Amino acid sequence: MEARARPLSPHLQIWRWHITLAASISHRLTGVALYIGAILLALWAVALAEGPAAFAAYTDAFRNPLGWAVLFIIILSAFFHLANGIRHLAWDLGFGFRLKTADATAWIVIAFGVIAAVAFFARLSAFGAFGHG
Amino acid sequence: MDDPRTPLSRARGLGAAKRGVGHFIGQRVSGAALVILLCWGLSQTPFLVGGGYDFARTWLASPLNVALISLLLAVGLYHARLGMAVIIEDYVQAPIPRTALLILNVFVAAALGVVGIVSLLKVAFIGGGG
Repeated sequence: MEARARPLSPHLQIWRWHITLAASISHRLTGVALYIGAILLALWAVALAEGPAAFAAYTDAFRNPLGWAVLFIIILSAFFHLANGIRHLAWDLGFGFRLKTADATAWIVIAFGVIAAVAFFARLSAFGAFGHG
Repeated sequence: MDDPRTPLSRARGLGAAKRGVGHFIGQRVSGAALVILLCWGLSQTPFLVGGGYDFARTWLASPLNVALISLLLAVGLYHARLGMAVIIEDYVQAPIPRTALLILNVFVAAALGVVGIVSLLKVAFIGGGG
């Protein structure tokens, strides 16, 4: 039987944009970014086990603008996904379903993700993460 | 009674799907664990990023650090595998690519977990290098 083209969940092309939608799709996108983050964590362990040369090659790969961008996106994803994940767990316990509450917490987790990521990235710089050595 | 289920169905306590609730619960329980593990991992990241090779080896000499980072990797990959499966199920409709991607998702997560944890244990027990 020939498969018919059906609209794909979660219907991004149909829904009116609103903040809870932004938080929802961001949870999915940042989850994918964190999958990549888990790959990078596993590769970090492999490089460390292989020895100093492999470890230096691994860390050097991040010491350029593209590497900083990848790190920043993963850090941003970690903080946002963490905060929005707690929001989801609260929903599972039955809290925070009022529209105004859901809208407010969506803004809060997005703001938290951005602010925490910028602060954390600044802290990494202070620890010499982006210099040489 | 307006419950459409038969008494047997109600006694079994399962919905129309019969199975699948394991995914839902696994996603949430691993998520709750990751709240703690990820906060710990993020607290350690600046030291590890700034400390270089020798610091990382010394850091992994602590059993607590090895245990927690292994848990972070394993539980994180389990959670990621479940989440990615939902994305594949949502967006890939053709049966063969869908099944292939779902299997690939399991293989990638399992391989990364084993390779990563074996590497961490190697550094923990006999140091890095060689």
